[in-house]
Amino acid sequence: MVKLKVNGKDHSFDGDPTMPLLWFLRDELALTGTKFGCGMSLCGACTVHKDGVAVRSCVTPMSAVDGVEITTVEGLGGNGLHAVQKAWMQLNVPQCGYCQSGQMMQAASLLKTKKNPTDDDIDAAMSGNICRCGTYQRIRAAVKAAAREMA
Amino acid sequence: MTTIQNVSRRGFLKGVVTTGAFVLSVRYLPESLHAEGLPGNAKIDHSTFHPNIFVGIESDGTVHIIAHRSEMGTTSRTSVPLILADELEADWKRVRLEQALGDERYGSQNTDGSHSIREFFEPMRQAGATARLMLTQAAANQWKVSPDECKAELHTIVHAATGQRLGYGELAAAAAKLPVPKVEDLKFKPKSAWRYIGKGSASYDLPQVVTGKAVYGMDARMDGMVYASIERPPVVGGKVKSFDDKEALKVAGVKQTVSVEPFEGPWGFQPLGGVAVIANNTWAAFQGRKKLQVEWENGPNASYNSDQYKKELQEKSRASAKVVRNQGDVDAGFSGGGKIIEADYYVPHLAHAAMEPLVAVADFRNGKVTAWAPTQNPQAVQETVAKAVGITKDDVMCHVTLLGGGFGRKSKPDYVAEAAILSKKVGRPVKVVWTREDDIRFDFYHSVAAVYMKSAVDAAGKPTAWLQRTVFPPILSMNNPKEDHAADFELGMGMTDVPFDIPNLRVENGAANAHIRIGWLRSVSNIYHAFAVQTFADELAHAAKRDPVDFMLELIGPARVVDMAGVANPNYGGKYDQYPNDTGRLRNVLQIAAEKSGWGKKKFAKGSGMGIAVHRSFLTYVANVVEVQVSDDGTIRIPRVETVVDAGLITNPETARSQFEGAAVFGTSIALSGSITATGGAVDQSNFNNYPVARMKEAPLHTNVHLVESDAPPAGIGEPGVPPFIPALCNAIFAATGKRVRELPLSKMKLV
Repeated sequence: MVKLKVNGKDHSFDGDPTMPLLWFLRDELALTGTKFGCGMSLCGACTVHKDGVAVRSCVTPMSAVDGVEITTVEGLGGNGLHAVQKAWMQLNVPQCGYCQSGQMMQAASLLKTKKNPTDDDIDAAMSGNICRCGTYQRIRAAVKAAAREMA
Repeated sequence: MTTIQNVSRRGFLKGVVTTGAFVLSVRYLPESLHAEGLPGNAKIDHSTFHPNIFVGIESDGTVHIIAHRSEMGTTSRTSVPLILADELEADWKRVRLEQALGDERYGSQNTDGSHSIREFFEPMRQAGATARLMLTQAAANQWKVSPDECKAELHTIVHAATGQRLGYGELAAAAAKLPVPKVEDLKFKPKSAWRYIGKGSASYDLPQVVTGKAVYGMDARMDGMVYASIERPPVVGGKVKSFDDKEALKVAGVKQTVSVEPFEGPWGFQPLGGVAVIANNTWAAFQGRKKLQVEWENGPNASYNSDQYKKELQEKSRASAKVVRNQGDVDAGFSGGGKIIEADYYVPHLAHAAMEPLVAVADFRNGKVTAWAPTQNPQAVQETVAKAVGITKDDVMCHVTLLGGGFGRKSKPDYVAEAAILSKKVGRPVKVVWTREDDIRFDFYHSVAAVYMKSAVDAAGKPTAWLQRTVFPPILSMNNPKEDHAADFELGMGMTDVPFDIPNLRVENGAANAHIRIGWLRSVSNIYHAFAVQTFADELAHAAKRDPVDFMLELIGPARVVDMAGVANPNYGGKYDQYPNDTGRLRNVLQIAAEKSGWGKKKFAKGSGMGIAVHRSFLTYVANVVEVQVSDDGTIRIPRVETVVDAGLITNPETARSQFEGAAVFGTSIALSGSITATGGAVDQSNFNNYPVARMKEAPLHTNVHLVESDAPPAGIGEPGVPPFIPALCNAIFAATGKRVRELPLSKMKLV
């Protein structure tokens, strides 16, 4: 039996321990803000926070989340909007929007460790997250705007 | 042609607005369809009109607008209703959008071909103006004054002389009882009074997107649904010879396996067939599928090897072929003693690889299907699903979710038909989830193409004769596998519409058969045509030791409308008098791009340089200047892109800018790494490791988009940014390295 917290709520799971967290979130909890993109940790659409750090839920088995706290995009802002969500809105970042949950989760994780990220920091942290619509320029600007907001 | 009716009492918006609300229907006959003969295009009945746009006003003032276009990131769903809201003088904050079901009464819903605004700009304004005029009349009646003394002001009718005001909600019931004014009696707002057109608005769905609440196809659920993953024939036209599901059925959560029949006749949009694993959740379905043992009968397409095919296409591109445009005497021009320059260009197959893999939920019940799908074309869903499960299309209800990208793939509803077939077989709602591997291996691929270019030039290097020959397997092979020549609409994308001022000019199209499914991908044939033509022009400029911008301006010639007499000219469905191929506008974007980029003024270090290209597609004129840095290890960086766009009147400039920023990234993916190959008929690539797309570090760092102010009729936004970007980048690589790029992708080329 795996016990974990998702966005502050307790959950348990006694199915296939090799099942990735992504499908527990999406199919069992109906938290569909976390997206399926590649299943191989190649695109970042499934990014969530595991104890505050960005991980790819599509390759994180349920056996690895026992006793941990998971945050998804639905829980990112608590009761309001996180600074990255505000910046994403202000700068009109999304086009189709499908990758943006993962992008924002990755950016929020980056901003925990780098308060004032450089272009190179942003490239390094965000290049695992693919956006096929090509919103990278706005993502970069929004990460910087969120950093300013959080300063 | 537009007819507007008051349908307040006819229940059209049942479930959306309450009884007594004021509802207008606009019956609009689209003048154009952008591609002839594709399966699933709405059949327009020319003898009657069909309502296709609805607006309803509630007594609380809420304005409901039906969004009949799909949203895949271009803001069609927002920007089309925004036009209506503007002319209605509505407060956008009080507008609610309702996504339309698939229904032929809307006319074509195929959100494809960059034509949503173009086709619906006028009808939307007419619908808004009609509603505003009726609300004004209702207020005037109540005040017993002339409507001419009344004016609409942000959701309110005002009588200036007395200062009386009535809100739209207060007037809705009275307006609903009034006759509809004639279209010719409508008075439109002057441009100076536009609130939203030309100013735009963020996507209606933005708050849901950033909070993870937006519903994409992948997120759709139906009560009691099961999950399916399908093992499909690796070769198109292949069949299951036998399969063993013993191990698959042992996987926890797997319920059963189900055969999906292969298609018959031309593949069209039909499912490929295969064996489906049905399970309690997506993961179990995926795991069960891995345990299936399937033996395939591959069929004739198993002989397809893309390396061999490439050689065949290139040979054909060197031999004379069907003439599709001819002026002057090209052969005489070539034998006239001038210098001859020729070059071969090649672009491989490409996959769409939208971030949301294909997915659909369907419920077959009592001879009817309800489906939820991320589709660009819900009417094609109706038609394809109906055929697949043996019902009529009117018995298919297609709900359109948000699309996690589309790029043309999600116009082709094979994946929705799969869900319906499986639901019929298992008796429950079924969600079919494609893996990324499925998405890349079972695409309708962008056509591979070989393009041959030849020119005779005079002593000054100016072309006197010009031949361009394109060879690629055509899209309409989906309807007829024997089809080996391009359709007019494919040739009209950068081949027959070449805008150059050359006395002797010939365009040819060679034969090529398809052995994998060919479809359209964002900007379609323009990709390889603009690459070949704009690179060749740059080659000629350098051969003549001329500045590429000056040379291109000379090649385009004076401002004029390109004479297309005697040439098939689909012109993206736009009437040529309304949307002429105007070389003045083409020159203008080129000149602005040169100016904005500091063309010819900036000095570059070794390994750096600038390239330029200009192209008209989807009735929009775009010029790109791309700056590139090629490092000692061959890594390509793109520090800056200048994009100049003349798309006529632009409704939503902010989201238009986004589209052109994104097009530069999409173009970067194609140029740097886009390549689908096939061995033994099966596609070799499967995920982002072997079909890489541009990541942040490879994407252009700064793309500056300049929109030309224009009152010309609205043109396309979503696609036209892609074609010129690629040759501009490749021309920049030549400037930086001296290496000429004639074949994509760049990852297969040694630059240093």
